[in-house]
Amino acid sequence: MSGSELLLDYLARYFPVLLFIGVALAFGVVTLAISYLVQPKYPETEKLSPYECGSEPFSDARMPFPVRYYIFAMLFVIFDIEVIFLYPWAVVFDNIGLIGLVEMLVFIGLFVVAYVYAWRKGALEWD
Amino acid sequence: MVEVGIKMAFSLAQIAVVMGIVLLTVMFLTLAERKVIGWMQDRMGPMEVGPYGILQPIADGLKLFFKEDIIPAGANKFIFSLAPILALVPALIGFAVIPFGPNMTVELFGVQVKPFVISDINIGILYILAFTSIGAYGIILGGWSSNSKYSLLGGLRAAAQVISYELNVGLAIVGVLLLAGSLSLVKITDAQTGWFWNWFIFAPPFPQIFAFVVYIISSVAETNRLPFDLPEAESELVAGFFTEYSGMRFAFFFLAEYANMILVSCIATSLFLGGWNAPAPFLQFHGSLAHLAWLSGTIWFAAKVYFFLFLFFWLRATLPRLRYDQLMRFGWKVMLPIALGNILITSIAAYLFPRG
Amino acid sequence: MAHLFFFYFAGVIVLTSILVVALRNPIYSALSLLIMFFHVAGLYVTLHAEFLAAVQIIVYAGAILVLYLFVVMLLNLKREERYHAQFPIGALLGLTIVTEVLLLAFHGSSPPEPAPSGTSTPATNGVTEVAGVTDAVAGPALSAVEGNTETIGESLYTTYLFPFEVASLILLVAMIGSIVLAKKDIFEQQ
Repeated sequence: MSGSELLLDYLARYFPVLLFIGVALAFGVVTLAISYLVQPKYPETEKLSPYECGSEPFSDARMPFPVRYYIFAMLFVIFDIEVIFLYPWAVVFDNIGLIGLVEMLVFIGLFVVAYVYAWRKGALEWD
Repeated sequence: MVEVGIKMAFSLAQIAVVMGIVLLTVMFLTLAERKVIGWMQDRMGPMEVGPYGILQPIADGLKLFFKEDIIPAGANKFIFSLAPILALVPALIGFAVIPFGPNMTVELFGVQVKPFVISDINIGILYILAFTSIGAYGIILGGWSSNSKYSLLGGLRAAAQVISYELNVGLAIVGVLLLAGSLSLVKITDAQTGWFWNWFIFAPPFPQIFAFVVYIISSVAETNRLPFDLPEAESELVAGFFTEYSGMRFAFFFLAEYANMILVSCIATSLFLGGWNAPAPFLQFHGSLAHLAWLSGTIWFAAKVYFFLFLFFWLRATLPRLRYDQLMRFGWKVMLPIALGNILITSIAAYLFPRG
Repeated sequence: MAHLFFFYFAGVIVLTSILVVALRNPIYSALSLLIMFFHVAGLYVTLHAEFLAAVQIIVYAGAILVLYLFVVMLLNLKREERYHAQFPIGALLGLTIVTEVLLLAFHGSSPPEPAPSGTSTPATNGVTEVAGVTDAVAGPALSAVEGNTETIGESLYTTYLFPFEVASLILLVAMIGSIVLAKKDIFEQQ
């Protein structure tokens, strides 16, 4: 195939994806819109207040900052980036020979060091 | 130009069929779940609506459709409406890259089209992973926008759970990628043709059974199903981040959960159980019926997906719920090392015994 | 046709970037950022860098922005009520940068042909830097036959081996740093 045919074929594969996203979005929005039109509307104060097991809500719905959410999200970001490096490696694994395997083992080794550090420091505990 | 138009029309038709089947399946999954769990608990599930309760999902759907949508005072209206859509859309669009049948090209009005996969892009499985990570936003925003302590906590905990197990999912599939050499799901299923020992769960040089187990457990956790469904547990945080939702928005979160279940089952079938491939060449239409081989492919695919869905129900009926810290500890301290170990062993084995 | 997609993506990116800074509710800023990430990924796809597009969504939209949202929601940041009265300095800086951009747009050289196979990318000058970056990573083989993932893999794990290992060291350091900082916080709370 010539260059521009390849390009067109490549881009043509992504067009159904775009179409699908559009259709799914349209489905969501249209269904919500129709549901909004056909439903009864009787707003009352009791119905609109947040649910707190039957009693009145007694404070602003926020609390002191729990650090562990931050720690877990941070760990996830770092390990996610490491996982991303594994994908091109897995795909070209047959072509990069022993050196490719060894260097990825080194990479995973450093990954394990980071992981063990996090474990020993208690960062993986959710208490 | 005409060719582009025909291709677009065909894609639209494929999308309509796939979405229709998925939504229909989701509807009947709600019934199937209650029936199967009922039978496991020695009772019949819903029996009132229609013969043996068959019309129950329609009744449920209509009820939710016509229910009043209550937006609690102080809630952020825009995000309150956006969150269910952000939860549902990623679950649906994952189906764009899954091959439902053999990789054949069909001539339609002079244009070559592939009827069994909507879009064969080279980064198939990565595309699905990307949009699964977006699904977490629906949960986070849903929990936050309701302006309620319970919803916010539930949403954040569900999100933390989803991202932890997302990591394990990402690691579990690397083993399969090492053996298949491609990210495209079409190529991965094509690499598993033949007898059932070619399926990646059994395949030489290193059967991906550990990756399979890690993948299944992590997907159960990612879809917030029992035994990992504390964020939406009825007896704990009321209904977690669902608490303030009613009507169609609530239905969307439910739709998203079941659609995610189906998507995850489809991926597990394609990656580990050979997708549309039959366990043995004689178990699909061959010889005089060879031109109908695609039909047997689709049937095998559906059978395997339903097996996984049954597994989901079975787990729900059997296992008790994990406490949240147990859940997180299991994901980070047990599943992650196993997935990592699997990658190490598979890569060494694939280096020493290359596949053809 | 390709230009149509480019202008759509670029337009939305510019618009949402402005919104990120201009909106006063931090959650709305985060959502605009999310939309921007999607359109940057779309731009990557038009540049044949589909792997980068997926990575953009997985890492940036799926991990980093989630981290950001966690923090913003738990800190309960209120709407920014005060509009900082630094208009003169802001206007001066803005004018300088706009002049610079206009100068670059009209006098900058066009980018080198990226692929010997003859496929062309929408080479408007605004895309120069992005094409340059993906060029450095993807090497000369921006062909559609061998996908972006394979190309990145081949060069990253052979030619660019050392930067790859350095990257893992950087991640290790980042992990240690974040745990040290966060744990210090816990000790202080206790």
